[in-house]
Amino acid sequence: MRIIRLTSVMAGAAVAAVFSVATVATGEPKSGYDFAEPETREMQDDDFSNPGMLIADYGGELWSTADGEANKSCADCHGDAAESMKGVKTRYPAYYQPWSKMINLELRINECRVNNQKAKAWKYESKEMIGLASYIGYQSRGMPMNVDIGGKATPFFQKGKEFFYERRGQMDLACSNCHEDNAGNMIRANLLSEGPSNGFPTYRLKWQGVGTLHRRFKGCNDNIRATPYERGSDEYVNLELYLAWRGRGLTVETPSVRN
Amino acid sequence: MKIERYVLPLLGAVVLAAAGMSVPANAAAEELVKFSVVDGQSIPASLTGKPGDPVKGREVAIHRKKGNCLACHTLPAPDQPYHGEVGPGLNGVASRLSEGEIRLRIVNPKYANPATIMPAFYRTEGLHRVAKKFQGKPMLTAEEVEDVVAYLMTLKE
Ligand code: HEC
Ligand code: HEC
Ligand code: HEC
Repeated sequence: MRIIRLTSVMAGAAVAAVFSVATVATGEPKSGYDFAEPETREMQDDDFSNPGMLIADYGGELWSTADGEANKSCADCHGDAAESMKGVKTRYPAYYQPWSKMINLELRINECRVNNQKAKAWKYESKEMIGLASYIGYQSRGMPMNVDIGGKATPFFQKGKEFFYERRGQMDLACSNCHEDNAGNMIRANLLSEGPSNGFPTYRLKWQGVGTLHRRFKGCNDNIRATPYERGSDEYVNLELYLAWRGRGLTVETPSVRN
Repeated sequence: MKIERYVLPLLGAVVLAAAGMSVPANAAAEELVKFSVVDGQSIPASLTGKPGDPVKGREVAIHRKKGNCLACHTLPAPDQPYHGEVGPGLNGVASRLSEGEIRLRIVNPKYANPATIMPAFYRTEGLHRVAKKFQGKPMLTAEEVEDVVAYLMTLKE
């Protein structure tokens, strides 16, 4: 073990305290980028070598393509995304009055699909959804994550936080066991990060494609042999809010590259 | 001396098999055996009543779908790439801990440290949202636990 050696009776609370001093408690969260291999970072650094840019560009095409019964494109109402969508990702998930609960960017896109374009909702993990979420996220590149957890968002934030610290699955592990207590440690072949959300949708070498944050949640649940939730579920949206808050100040990297 | 008894339910192995789920051959129909925990630190008696096989134990410890101990520990297994650093290195563990203490840490290390990240390898109760395929099943069978205990007992400094 790199940082401290445990005696078998040492209390876990003390362990968590030692590690969190090194990470989250300083108020300086780290991006997954900081834990990535140099070659992976290089792929992300250059838009021409970043495979995630292909799907973001596809999202850009969809942005200006009329669709649905309203026969309108996103651009017809929102104009130039570089202006109208700048900074939007940094604020999501956000409290959404019509639902009296939180909404994330993917679900917000589908709201416009259904209500404004009068078109069929996209599947959560579809190429179209990932394309537009990447394209819109890209407009906030370099801006700090800055979600609002006050007011009506607070109870949802609390739920997300509980989820993060709750043990689950046959292996009985919480997100915090890996991404807080052991950030910076190797878990077999992987260097554990703090599990931040600032780079999503992300191109993963392992996926050979771009995926949403909720796909990653499912993967991290499956790995510990826990039953995952549906992508877009309230549980995952609240968890996303908590992660966005933990990573507040991290700059948006969409579409990031990870292994 | 505090003694706890742990009794666990019989598995529907037939049901699982009929549902076409991939059940590791020997982890299927196991009714968890009873065992006694001494002072929250030790399980002195073999779960099977017999000593385990250290050669098989090494395989179980390394296997990613079984022990996967290498996820978190280093082992004296230079043939294996990628040893984790979440837990302490296990080389020399038999010089630090007794057989019963090692067995407890594999069966359920939460007896010794409720906050540990290390999974319990022989426990099916009190878990939350276990994926269907793994419900009611321990991560390792009693035989596999004993094999791993036997392997760790060879790791003396
Ligand atoms: C057994 C350890 C483990 C647990 C428990 C776990 N993860 Fe992960 N997670 C990983 C590993 C390994 C990776 C890949 C390396 C990294 O980025 O940490 C990862 C990656 C991630 C990433 C991607 C980070 C990025 O920069 O792209 C996110 C987000 C994440 N996890 C969230 C979660 C959440 C939320 C939970 C709880 C539901 C969770 N994880 C539980 C091991 C774990
Ligand atoms: C008919 C007009 C119309 C169309 C077409 C439309 N939208 Fe919207 N959209 C709106 C309105 C109105 C709002 C709410 C604005 C507000 O709350 O300030 C909105 C809000 C949004 C938001 C939230 C912005 C924020 O600042 O929180 C996003 C993201 C969004 N739309 C994406 C899209 C996408 C992607 C498309 C195409 C698939 C699309 N919209 C198509 C009218 C439209
Ligand atoms: C998810 C990480 C993880 C996995 C997987 C894991 N362990 Fe551990 N293990 C730990 C940690 C952390 C400790 C430190 C003690 C504590 O947390 O109470 C530990 C402690 C131990 C100890 C006590 C060591 C000492 O010197 O006190 C033994 C023995 C042990 N583990 C054996 C195993 C075996 C055998 C396996 C595989 C069957 C295994 N572990 C799998 C994390 C893990």
